[in-house]
Amino acid sequence: MAEAVLDHADAHDAHDAHEGHVHKTNTGMSNNKLAMWVFLGSECLLFGGLISTYLLYRHNIQDGPGPSEEFFDIPFTSASSFVLLMSSLTMVLAHSAAERGDQKRLKIWLLSTALLGSVFVSGQIYEFTVFVREGLGWSTSPFSSAFYALTGFHGVHVTIGIIMLLSTFISTLRGRMHPGNAETVEIVGLYWHFVDIVWVFIFTVIYLAA
Amino acid sequence: MAIIENPLELESGDVVRVAERPLGVLTRPSGNTGWQSWLFTVDHKRIGIMYGAFAMFFFLIGGLEALAIRLQLAVPNGKILSPETYNQVFTMHGVTMIFLVIMPLAAAFANYLLPLQLGARDVAFPRMNALSLWVFLAGGIFLCSSLFIGGWFENVPNGGWFNYAPNSGTLFSPTKGIDFYAIGLQILGIASLVSAINLIVTTLNMRAEGMSLMRMPVLSWMLLVVQFLLLFALPVITVALFLLMFDRLWGANFFNVEMGADPLLWQHLFWIFGHPEVYILILPSFGIISEVIPVFSRKPIFGYSFMVGSGIAIGFLGWGVWAHHMFVSGIGPISVAAFSVSTMMIAVPTGVKILNWVATMWGGRIQLTTAMLFAVGVVSMFTIGGLSGVTHAASAADTQQTDTYYIVAHFHYVIFGGALLGIFSGFYFWWPKMFGYKLNETWGKWNFWLQIVGFNLTFGPMHILGLQGMSRRIDSYDPGYGFELWNMVSSIGSFVIFAGVFIFLINVFVSKRQAEHLPPVGPDPWDARSLEWMTASPTPEHNFDTEIVIDSLDHFWHQKYGYDDDGNVVRIAYAEDVAHDGSATNVHLPSPSYWPIVLASGFPFVGYGLIYNYWLCAIGGFLIVGAIFGWVFEHPDDPDAAHGHHDDHGDDDGHDGHEVDEGTTENAEADLVTADSATDAGEASDG
Amino acid sequence: MSEETLTAETTKGVSGGRPTHDEHGHITDFGYVKIFVILAVITAVEVVWSYVNVPSYVFIPILFLMMLVKFYLVAAEFMHLKYDIKLFSMLFVTGLVLAGGVYLIFLSASQIWQSF
Repeated sequence: MAEAVLDHADAHDAHDAHEGHVHKTNTGMSNNKLAMWVFLGSECLLFGGLISTYLLYRHNIQDGPGPSEEFFDIPFTSASSFVLLMSSLTMVLAHSAAERGDQKRLKIWLLSTALLGSVFVSGQIYEFTVFVREGLGWSTSPFSSAFYALTGFHGVHVTIGIIMLLSTFISTLRGRMHPGNAETVEIVGLYWHFVDIVWVFIFTVIYLAA
Repeated sequence: MAIIENPLELESGDVVRVAERPLGVLTRPSGNTGWQSWLFTVDHKRIGIMYGAFAMFFFLIGGLEALAIRLQLAVPNGKILSPETYNQVFTMHGVTMIFLVIMPLAAAFANYLLPLQLGARDVAFPRMNALSLWVFLAGGIFLCSSLFIGGWFENVPNGGWFNYAPNSGTLFSPTKGIDFYAIGLQILGIASLVSAINLIVTTLNMRAEGMSLMRMPVLSWMLLVVQFLLLFALPVITVALFLLMFDRLWGANFFNVEMGADPLLWQHLFWIFGHPEVYILILPSFGIISEVIPVFSRKPIFGYSFMVGSGIAIGFLGWGVWAHHMFVSGIGPISVAAFSVSTMMIAVPTGVKILNWVATMWGGRIQLTTAMLFAVGVVSMFTIGGLSGVTHAASAADTQQTDTYYIVAHFHYVIFGGALLGIFSGFYFWWPKMFGYKLNETWGKWNFWLQIVGFNLTFGPMHILGLQGMSRRIDSYDPGYGFELWNMVSSIGSFVIFAGVFIFLINVFVSKRQAEHLPPVGPDPWDARSLEWMTASPTPEHNFDTEIVIDSLDHFWHQKYGYDDDGNVVRIAYAEDVAHDGSATNVHLPSPSYWPIVLASGFPFVGYGLIYNYWLCAIGGFLIVGAIFGWVFEHPDDPDAAHGHHDDHGDDDGHDGHEVDEGTTENAEADLVTADSATDAGEASDG
Repeated sequence: MSEETLTAETTKGVSGGRPTHDEHGHITDFGYVKIFVILAVITAVEVVWSYVNVPSYVFIPILFLMMLVKFYLVAAEFMHLKYDIKLFSMLFVTGLVLAGGVYLIFLSASQIWQSF
């Protein structure tokens, strides 16, 4: 924790001019944004644990199906990965619109991000039902439990992100979003991109490396 | 909160628009007296005191469990507890003491002292702070309710605090005990995670002007390291507990060996969390005695930067040693050798700390107050525990020691002799700051000597028992193995400890009565060094009357002492002249809130629901979701109080009330949905 | 924005002159779209690569390399780590390094690598 990073005596002055209501802080960054980054640091260990569990059990398939190119529907999952990646783009566009105070585009991009997220989650649910039909139940094998736990945890994170996006969207409808407040969109965005990054990892490790 | 003199006028004469209430109904509670002022408080000092009080209650429960264990083992073939009950009692003793006593007692000091030592008004997110407290209490009650739910000692966790798989599966543990363990720790983990995020942001963002990181007191540093350890260690146990819960409740296969699952998965995940957890327990105590020893040696801390650096080093190294808990589990010679070496390395920064404490005392004018006695007790007892720890690091020796009483002796020397004695030192040291009166020194010395003698009587003989081959976790032993004498000594010792703790409780009340006839303690009864002594005792609600500008380490001490022409230290001011008297009335403070306690109350319902009936989950979920919405739409401040008195740096705000209030609501909303990172910027920005 | 951001920009020369960045050091919308196109192309290559028949000691490293590039681009550009204060990067990297460290050691101790 180098002091130099944190202790710029005048950092907050410059910052205040941009962010309006933010009081001075030692880092010059608002508490909310710092808290989100601290939280995301913690999340790395959460997903790391789930991914390791999956890696430990990926060949332990008992009598059920296992992770293979034939079992996974790579084109389908690639499409939904693409959708999630796209939602990251719409998310940054929403943030950039919020910073400019462009209400109309902010609403459009927020809503499309939530929509793309929903498409991704729906795709995941559909994929799960297909897998269950093909004989990969929750209790089939250590592999199946680990697979559903990892992708399920990710899906829950995406769902929470969608709720956050919709809440932000609703508050823009009520006219409560303005340039000084772009940081709210940015913080939701940080969470959203993190979830996307996790999927980048999961997609490669589970599906492509199968 | 602070008294409202004139609701609509600023000192500057401007009249402020009072912001509208977003939903009309969700006003905030007010008033700073009575039970409501405690239930709905967001004041870090009250929250700290409540953390301490609840933890002491759990301390008594855990202590009674310990006495039951020692009664059972006092003589061969003890008949007081059945083998099943014995498993439950030693499990609950461990879980209670670690998660419901030492961690929250450290949180009590962290909450109370961190903002004060940093010169801040409050923590970064006051409502989240209240949330941590109530979620901790909810989790503690949930866990302890297992003692009687479904019958006395029917559904109590019985797998040890480490709870190894596959013993924790439904096949070997068919009662609901392990479910209570898994869900209870999950709830407590939420409390600790929220608190860790909050205190990290507080430390990184809310320090007074001039308080650079290397001017923070050692206690603040150690607490910061602990919060980072919590931040990164908790998700690991969260994963493990989720997997266990999935196995037990919904038939997953993570620890199901019948399906070829790997039981070492649990051990790895548990100890990746579990070893940093050990430092989470001990580092706050290291911080406390690093404050106490300089004050009562009349010298600055020796090697401040080395104290800080070794604390950080312990924090980092603590991540690379977990498998020393698994030397006999068959992890292979390479892993054993590597972890053996890394474990021995930890002795280096710990040794640096011990040498620095000794060097601080060396040549000082030592005052053996009770606080100092406890601090010296930590240095000496922890050294013994540390040395026996090095013998575990040597894997060959550890193979012999594993699962014997030698291990029990070791970890009680570090957790009781290190962490708990340090916390008692903190009690005696900061009691006047928290409650405005000193604890009686005579009773205090009785407390100390009974506790330290009882402690050594109880746990010293366990080294011998362990080396004689007595196993841990057994409910009885046969006569004729040479265990009788030392077990009896140990059991007698445990009652001496109990007497010591009892005297502490008496002391609290005796001292309070005596204090009525004594002059007030004043801001700085010990002639101390750090910022919390620079304000009145007990600490006024707004902490400091004005913002403090720090110009050195031990800023407060340098206000009191200077140097004469010959370089000798001379007093240049009295504490009363330098310290704030707490008379400021124009300080804007965050208003109390209903929602943290409502939100927290939902978690036990979810927990019981998962175990017994999903409808209870619905109730719990309703409470949680409802509280989140209440939280989000709650006005960032009581609208009537919001602008009655402008805050201490209101002049440079340049905002209009309307915009700020809306903005903070939005911020809170966005973050709250994650529940883990709920924020309230309006309060945060106050200070 | 803050001082350290400005220093970072001038020393690395990432923004300033480049038309894709505005005066705040943030990328413009067009810049975001460009990054997205890069990400999409890498994803496509990844998927195609997964159908190519090569030995796993070639297949896996290249796959992970592409993943890491995507990971870096999202974190640095979309999450603004490149333009924000270093503390944020330190927090995130600490989490990643700790997670990578402990879990890789755990998996190695469990001897799972021969299955790849």
